[in-house]
Amino acid sequence: MKNTKEAAMKGVFFLSACFSIIALLLIILFIFANGVPFIAEYGFFDFIFGMDWAPTNNVPLYGIFPMIIGSIYVTLGAAIVGVPIGILTAVFMAEFCPPILYKVLKPATNLMAAIPSIVYGFFALRVFTPFIRENIGGNGYSVLTASVLLGIMILPTVIGLSESALRAIPKTYYTGSVALGATHERSVFRVLLPAAKSGIFSSVILGIGRAIGETMAVVLIAGNQAIIPDNLLSGVRTLTTNIVIEMAYATGQHREALIATAVVLFGFILLINSIFLYFKNKEAS
Amino acid sequence: MATQSPKMNIKDLKLWYGDFQALHGLDLEIPEKQITAFIGPSGCGKSTFIKSLNRMNDLIETCRIEGTIELDGKNIYSNKMDVNKLRKRVGMVFQQPNPFPKSIYDNIAYGPRTHGIKDKKTLDEIVERSLKQAAIWDEVKDHLDRNALSISGGQQQRICIARALAVEPEVLLMDEPTSALDPISTAKIEELVSDLKNEYTIVMVTHNMQQASRVSDKTAFFLNGHIIETGDTRKIFTNPDQEETENYISGRFG
Repeated sequence: MKNTKEAAMKGVFFLSACFSIIALLLIILFIFANGVPFIAEYGFFDFIFGMDWAPTNNVPLYGIFPMIIGSIYVTLGAAIVGVPIGILTAVFMAEFCPPILYKVLKPATNLMAAIPSIVYGFFALRVFTPFIRENIGGNGYSVLTASVLLGIMILPTVIGLSESALRAIPKTYYTGSVALGATHERSVFRVLLPAAKSGIFSSVILGIGRAIGETMAVVLIAGNQAIIPDNLLSGVRTLTTNIVIEMAYATGQHREALIATAVVLFGFILLINSIFLYFKNKEAS
Repeated sequence: MATQSPKMNIKDLKLWYGDFQALHGLDLEIPEKQITAFIGPSGCGKSTFIKSLNRMNDLIETCRIEGTIELDGKNIYSNKMDVNKLRKRVGMVFQQPNPFPKSIYDNIAYGPRTHGIKDKKTLDEIVERSLKQAAIWDEVKDHLDRNALSISGGQQQRICIARALAVEPEVLLMDEPTSALDPISTAKIEELVSDLKNEYTIVMVTHNMQQASRVSDKTAFFLNGHIIETGDTRKIFTNPDQEETENYISGRFG
């Protein structure tokens, strides 16, 4: 009796575990089945390195190079804005924060992760866009706007994981450092922070993954011109926003081109995760 | 020792963790360039006591201290004492080897760098001297760039001793430095400690009574937060004055 029950529960656990794997496989199957034939037909190089995206021309052009560059620009921008602030905030929270302030700060950063991205986008649309237009230049819909916003949006990821990484460092490293006459600050920045570097690096990679996949917030403030931006105040379109802007009315080959865009995005995510795993394994060995 | 003033002088030291009193008015003199061993059963306060000698107890929020501990006649708990300078003068080696996850070289150089030494040549000399003092130079000299966590536990502990010596402390506190090590590593560290007493004042907590009798000059016996008896190691181990000491060293409890 007990054995059959155990076997049954084992089956339930196994099916639960399979569910996410199956979901992932189906997603991969769907986007590759719909996207890859288009890439083959249109030509890999023309698609990836094509400079013109003009799906409604008489002879439609589906070059996504501007969007690839756009995604890379805003993601790098987000990292430049978000990573230093995120890591320093994590250091503050793990090692310098008075307990009373921590009780406010910790839930606040968690809440940041729970705010829907469209709300971030709307906030940036009403605050950042006019600010940049009036104080820095351009029309406010730009690489800069998107970078600052995404930098804020990756903060909870970078802060949360970096803080756990710092807290996971054995206390003995810290006591070893202060026992040599090092100050608290020196012990934190010269011993704890380097010791946590693989965990902190992971947080940055996951933050970048979040930035490159972000869609709804970016679409409101990036301008969305399918051009390679030549300065920080120029408009920009990313891989994700390319899909969301046009999917509603796209048909036929146009639709396939958008799904192929998702294939490229998927490739980037795979690349980012591979880098993440590579460093994680390297650290473990 | 009667002619020489003690390196450290502890007077009526009381210590609390929250409401719990861990040390009940301890008095002890720690003589210069000798090895003083603290023995006693678990929970008797010897580790707590050694940690108050370089104010590592400051890291514990609920910890409260009364009484004085003098280093060369100056109270280390006075407001004028810079705690970081104190810990440079009174170094510490812990029970578990705790090298930093850095190269062997950077482990040793960390302390001197902390205290402002930047010159590469000077650092090289300090690293070599400290590793030699800790009797581990020959084993690691060809791979100073290796991560200190990749070597054996016994070697790690000698790296930690070298790291403590690199800041040229006057007193070296050792909190059960061999309890996590195998017998061969333990023997090496005991030998090393005996050599070090020519230059350093050493205080050592140990669970191992043979170790105390082998290496130390003075012994203090702790029980329930009191120092029951203190004196020359030979006398404590052969002819103690107190019955509790006798019972403990003969293995009747603890």
